[in-house]
Amino acid sequence: MQAEITLTVDGTEHRTTVDTRTTVLDLLRERLGNTSPKKGCDHGQCGSCTVLLDGRRHLTCLALAVAHDGAEVVTSAGLAAASDDELHPVQRAFLDHDGLQCGYCTPGQVCSAVGMLDEAEQGHPSHVTDDLEAVPELDDDEIRERMSGNLCRCGAYAGILAAVREAARS
Amino acid sequence: MRELAYLRPDDVGAAVAAVTDNPRAQYLGGGTNLVDHLKLGVTSPELLVDVRRLPLDEVEEVAGEDGPVLRVGANVRNSDVAAHPVVRSVFPAVARALLSGASGQIRNQATTAGNLLQRTRCVYFQDVTTPCNKREPGTGCSAIGGYARYNAILGASEACVTTHPSDLAVALAALDATVVVRGAEGERRLPVRELHRLPGDRPEEDTTLAHGELITAVELTAGRLTRRSTYYKARDRASYAFALVSVAGALQLDGDTVTDVRLAWGGVAHRPWRATVAEDALRGSTFSEEAVLAACDRELAAAVTSEDSAFKVPMVRNVSALVLGRLAKEDR
Repeated sequence: MQAEITLTVDGTEHRTTVDTRTTVLDLLRERLGNTSPKKGCDHGQCGSCTVLLDGRRHLTCLALAVAHDGAEVVTSAGLAAASDDELHPVQRAFLDHDGLQCGYCTPGQVCSAVGMLDEAEQGHPSHVTDDLEAVPELDDDEIRERMSGNLCRCGAYAGILAAVREAARS
Repeated sequence: MRELAYLRPDDVGAAVAAVTDNPRAQYLGGGTNLVDHLKLGVTSPELLVDVRRLPLDEVEEVAGEDGPVLRVGANVRNSDVAAHPVVRSVFPAVARALLSGASGQIRNQATTAGNLLQRTRCVYFQDVTTPCNKREPGTGCSAIGGYARYNAILGASEACVTTHPSDLAVALAALDATVVVRGAEGERRLPVRELHRLPGDRPEEDTTLAHGELITAVELTAGRLTRRSTYYKARDRASYAFALVSVAGALQLDGDTVTDVRLAWGGVAHRPWRATVAEDALRGSTFSEEAVLAACDRELAAAVTSEDSAFKVPMVRNVSALVLGRLAKEDR
C-alpha cells in the first residue's frame, strides 16, 4: 500500500509517497538523500539512526514513515546548518575531545546527546539517579547511563563522555 | 516484509472495530517492538491500525474508592511516565522499572500499553529459522535444551519456557495496578496480574485479551505501601539489557514487624511472577534478611531449572533480600 505523507527534515518540507513498510530511516537516506542518520543494526540496538523527531531523540529504524506523517525531523546535519557557528556546540565538543574514530555512530551520538541534555534540563531522572525526587546533576555516571543507547564500536567512549560533559556545562 | 495496509482512525471505537473485524489486523503503538518483528518476519499482519495518536496521552489524578488513583493513558511515553512527579514520589517502583528498561530514545517512543504488550526476547522466538511454539504453534520449543540463560524457572510448560521482558509489568504487578480495556462490547477493567498468562499448551497467547481489545489506560491506587516501593534489575550489562531477574518490592513495617509487603519477580516466568507465597510468609513476621530468604525459598520450592538457568534461584532470592532490605532501612 502507498501513502502520501509530509515530513519536514532539517527545516525543509517534503511531500512524498511512501510504501507503508518504509521506515523513517530508509525514507531519509534512500529517498530524501539525507545520509546523516546511519543504518547500523536496523533493529533498535545501536542508536546510530537517532534523530530529533518532534523535538525528542528518537530511533528512525523502528519508526514507520507513514505513522510519522506531519513530523518534524532534525538530523545531525540539520543541527550544524541551524547553528551560528559552522557546527552545533555538541558537535564542536565531539571534535575538541576526540569523541569519534571512524565517525559512523557520530551523527546518532550527537542527536542523542542534544536530546539527552534537553531531558536533563527538564529534570528527568535516570536509572542511576539516587533521589528520584531531586533534580539530577549530570555527573559522569549519569552521562554514561543516559547515553547507553548509542554504541560506538571504535570504543571512543572516553572522548564521547568528555564531549558530552563539556556540552552539559556550557 | 509482506504488503501492509495502514489505518489511523480518529477515535477509540473505530480503532477497536477495525481490529476486531479483521483477524489479521494488529494495533501499532510506538512500534519499537512491532516494527522490528515486521522486519524479522516474526509477525506478518495484513493491516496495521495505528493507535498512537488517539487521545489516550494524559496522566490524570482521580479519586478512587481506596484512595487517590493515578490514571496513565495508554499512549503516554515510558519516559514521560518515569519523569512524572507523582510517579516519582508515590510510585517509585514504577519510575525505577521504566528507567531500567531500554534506552533514552526507545523510552521516548514506547507507550505504556505497548510496554505491557511487548513480546518475549527469546532468541528462538525472534529467529524464524528455528522451531518456536509461541511464534508457530506445534513446531516445538528450541529453548528447551538450547540457549537457556534467559529461560523461565517458574510456571513454564513443555510447550514454552520463555519469560516476559517488561520491567513495567513487574512493578505494576507488585503495586496491584488495574488495566482499562476497550473491546467491541464496551469497557472492562482487570487487575494487571490477570493480564499476562502462563504458557500452558497455548504459548502463542501472551495475554488474556481477546483479539481487538485495546488497553486504554493503566490505573494505580496510591497508598503508604506504594510510596515505599522500589525495583532492582540484575542483568548482564550495566545498562540497556533485558533482565536476568528483577524484583519489584514494597514494604510496610511497624517497628520490626512486617505489616504489609509486596514482592513481584521479573525474568523468571512467562508473566510477572507475584511471589504471594513469600508475601504470606513475611506478613506479620519480624523483618530480617534471613526471614526474606526463607520466605523466598518457600516460593522457589516450585522452581524448575536447567544447568544454564539454575543461577536464577539464588539470584532472585538475593535480589529480593536486597530490595526489601533497602526498603526496611528507609522505613526505620
